[in-house]
Amino acid sequence: MLLGPSGCGKSTLLRTVNRLVIPETGSVYVGDRDVASQDAVQLRRSIGYVIQAVGLFAHMTIAQNIAVVPSLLGWPRERIAARVDQLLDLVGLDPQRYRDRYPRQLSGGEQQRVGVARAIAAEPPVLLMDEPFGAVDAIVRRSLQDEIRRIASALHTTILFVTHDVDEALRLADRIVIMREGRIEQHGAPEDILRAPKTAYVSQLFAVDPELRRYDALRGAL
Amino acid sequence: MSYIERHLGEIGTLTLQHLALVGAGLVLALIVASLLAFAVLRLPRIDTAIFAGAGIIYTIPSLALLAIAVKYLGLGFWPVVLILAAYAQFILVRSIVIALRGVPEAQLDAARGLGMSRSQEFWRVQLPLATPVLIGGVRLATVALIAIATLGGYVGAGGLGNYIFFGLQRQFMAQTLAGSIPAAALAIICDAALRFVERSARRRVMGD
Repeated sequence: MLLGPSGCGKSTLLRTVNRLVIPETGSVYVGDRDVASQDAVQLRRSIGYVIQAVGLFAHMTIAQNIAVVPSLLGWPRERIAARVDQLLDLVGLDPQRYRDRYPRQLSGGEQQRVGVARAIAAEPPVLLMDEPFGAVDAIVRRSLQDEIRRIASALHTTILFVTHDVDEALRLADRIVIMREGRIEQHGAPEDILRAPKTAYVSQLFAVDPELRRYDALRGAL
Repeated sequence: MSYIERHLGEIGTLTLQHLALVGAGLVLALIVASLLAFAVLRLPRIDTAIFAGAGIIYTIPSLALLAIAVKYLGLGFWPVVLILAAYAQFILVRSIVIALRGVPEAQLDAARGLGMSRSQEFWRVQLPLATPVLIGGVRLATVALIAIATLGGYVGAGGLGNYIFFGLQRQFMAQTLAGSIPAAALAIICDAALRFVERSARRRVMGD
């Protein structure tokens, strides 16, 4: 989980992983392979990618959108069709109803579910999510967060997630990396960061409205 | 009107010649305009130069340009096709550039991020999403070329211009009208047809 204010470089860092951004110095490893040594197009097909603006292709049906990476990988038609239905079920959309619709006929939350389904269609071991739930309302965001947690544990997917929302980070993260102005302020498990913030910025970030956070935690436990 | 009735067959032939001129001009124009538009998209610094160049051609009176073309290509079909293609650049280069630049960045970012190669990104995402605007440009160009193609009557390229210019020369109004009315009708019909195609493409891509 990359956490930090807008413009701190978290999206840029995320985009170095699938080589949409090439770092001037240093290298990025996925597993034990340097991404710079791999073909960018092949690499991206093996890494899921979800962005805040969703970017569903407006001229393709929901099924065609979800099928993009499997078709790029040359899966047979029947396997793709079966996979599309399976994914729609997984993200909580009825395949019968949604398969042949177009993105504009869906709500923001539904579009983002499709965005997630499209990203994980070819079962990538790594999934990049850039503020995926930033544009949906709080209730939908919560249910999408629950689902992404469920999906990640079911599929054993490593997720690199960018957010500026402290609550979202605490709710979803195994590890949090806090960034500011292009630098890492602190990284570690959420409990450790909460217990021992290293810098003034970090303690300030987590100090916002502690009452509300306690209430949230209580709700989560129920 | 009786003149038109008596010459229906010939008017039909001239209309087909007219369409052939416009069609050939448009095909040539699209090829050249695509190349120019790609140059502009690759090297944004040259866009003012190319737009200005196309603009200058557009401001030259078409008859003068045709005279120059005839000097090098002789009379007939090809000089007309050439000036049609030249005139269309002003409209087409601009619309192709605007159409391709207008595709939402999120969809292009998603295309790249999901692992499309540059050509897959172009053919599967950018071009289909740009079609409504592209067709709009083609529509404007077509209507303009149908009008300009009447100049074909001066240089033996055929088309409805034959009737218009012979009619004017001989001050024979019925013949002039027998050329100009079908030319106007052709422009209106092509405009309506392409408007329909444009609208259905837009509905497919943008939902309105």
